[in-house]
Amino acid sequence: MKKTESVTRLKEIALQIRTDVIESLASAGSGHLGGSLGLADVFTVLYFYRLTCKPAEPSWPQRDRLILSIGHVAPVLYAALANAGYFDRTELATLRKLDSRLQGHPGRDHGLPGLELSAGSLGQGISVAVGMALAAKSDAARWHTWCICGDGELQEGSVWEAAMAAAHHKLDNLTVIVDRNNLQIDGPTESVMALEPLADKWKSFGWNVMECNGNSVDELLDATDNSVIVPGKPTVIIAHTIMGCGIRSIEGNFRWHGKAPSKEEAMMFIDELNHRS
Amino acid sequence: MMKAIQYKAGKTGFGEGLVEAGRHNHNVIGLGADITTSVGMNFFAEAFPERFFSMGIAEQNCIGVAAGMALAGKIPVFSTYGVFAALRTADHIRISLCYNNLRVVIGGAHAGISVGPDGATHQALEDIAVMRVLPNMTVISPCDATQTRLATIAAIEQVKGPVYLRFGREPVPDFSSPDQLFTIGKGEMLRSGNDLTIIATGHLVWESLLAAEKLAADGISARVINLHTIKPVDEEIIVKAASETGLIITAEEHQIIGGLGSTVAEIVTRHHPVPVGMVGMNDHFGESGRPEELITIYGLNAAGICTKAYQFLNKKL
Repeated sequence: MKKTESVTRLKEIALQIRTDVIESLASAGSGHLGGSLGLADVFTVLYFYRLTCKPAEPSWPQRDRLILSIGHVAPVLYAALANAGYFDRTELATLRKLDSRLQGHPGRDHGLPGLELSAGSLGQGISVAVGMALAAKSDAARWHTWCICGDGELQEGSVWEAAMAAAHHKLDNLTVIVDRNNLQIDGPTESVMALEPLADKWKSFGWNVMECNGNSVDELLDATDNSVIVPGKPTVIIAHTIMGCGIRSIEGNFRWHGKAPSKEEAMMFIDELNHRS
Repeated sequence: MMKAIQYKAGKTGFGEGLVEAGRHNHNVIGLGADITTSVGMNFFAEAFPERFFSMGIAEQNCIGVAAGMALAGKIPVFSTYGVFAALRTADHIRISLCYNNLRVVIGGAHAGISVGPDGATHQALEDIAVMRVLPNMTVISPCDATQTRLATIAAIEQVKGPVYLRFGREPVPDFSSPDQLFTIGKGEMLRSGNDLTIIATGHLVWESLLAAEKLAADGISARVINLHTIKPVDEEIIVKAASETGLIITAEEHQIIGGLGSTVAEIVTRHHPVPVGMVGMNDHFGESGRPEELITIYGLNAAGICTKAYQFLNKKL
């Protein structure tokens, strides 16, 4: 059930997702705002355009799989799922609260529809995505596996074990999107533990490498198009994003990696979103 | 009991069981981490090449790949030496497998000090402790090759969550019946007795039967229990042994901290406190040597079990 919304419509959805992220984090009182806002456009394009999925039938066997490896940006996943119709948007206010299906980091045991993986320990999701793609390939199934990784996360060694395995097994049914916002908790990635030359690293591991502005709906539509897939190679899209994208006062500020807005800040931020759009 | 006994390695039982399970169910997948032959997985790789995937020396990735395959409806079986299978991968097992509660079987090969000359780095002596503390995990440690074969089939076909299955490298007496009904979570009383109970797991079950023979010669009646499933543990058989014999000796090729000894002690202290003497590695790494030399030095045999029994008999309640 592919959504063919216009770019304008997708931008409206991204705005709604950003608003929901800010509100749910303000309600929770803790959580990760920066990365969640930075990925709003990626999630919009995936859930509202690119993924073949049926929100009314979350376990549909032929659905494309989206694995979120960086569990800490759960708020943007939840907002995307709710807006796509997997569950009611009012539930977003339960984020991080007792008995909520919206755990601080995604937990499948709480039964949230549309959630593919419990994750939060960095460097693991890409291996799971490789396993899914390998299973699909061995069944000659047509569904595609998508995986969203953080850039700081790429410092985990097991990511590169997975990168090697995906190329070795020729998983052209796998696309990894790297959220390249250049920031992690201690500061810029290049001063904490340098990742560059990042595209060359992936190329040398045998991947088809794409780069795009991860906060541009237009560029994301092109980068995630099936036509960019190279037969026999997994694809990585290095999506250059801005942490906190949409709120000028927090954009590019790593202090907002793991912080939630106060109620007052949330009102200000949402006001800014509405005026800028 | 003492009829001519064949010797067979646990890993061979694992390999045979895996092939049998693979024949029953085409969703069974093998994941190899380079040492396919030395863990007994070569049988499966030869029988079902299209369902065997080489993943290289990358155990953490193997666990994640297994998780992804399980989410896609497969039943992956991954095996390497227990030291790597359980310890190098611990966080990946905790989150990707256990928190997601996925149907994956991990074969922990080269269990115990009987690995021998390779030395401490390759002797899995902490794997039970680390695996059994994880929620949703099942931990199985069969007594011989035949039971390992049946346990492998049962783990693959019956358990809906993650399983850690432990087995050894050395050929050891293969004494259990091929017709046994192997039930995960049920201990087996192999010998009745009233003066004390020896609860053992893995190859030391055989040594416990030998120890019971020796004790019988001294007029001591020892019950012997094979606790092949460490988790979920058969509390009933342990509590019954505590209440009926008043003394328990545990025996394992593993650290007594966190292993079978701890498991048994946790149950008896909760339900029926009796002294528990523990035979196992006492907070110590192994070393190089012939398996029989190491087993003797560290007292992980019938003689060691008898010594522990005599030390504890006067403490019996």
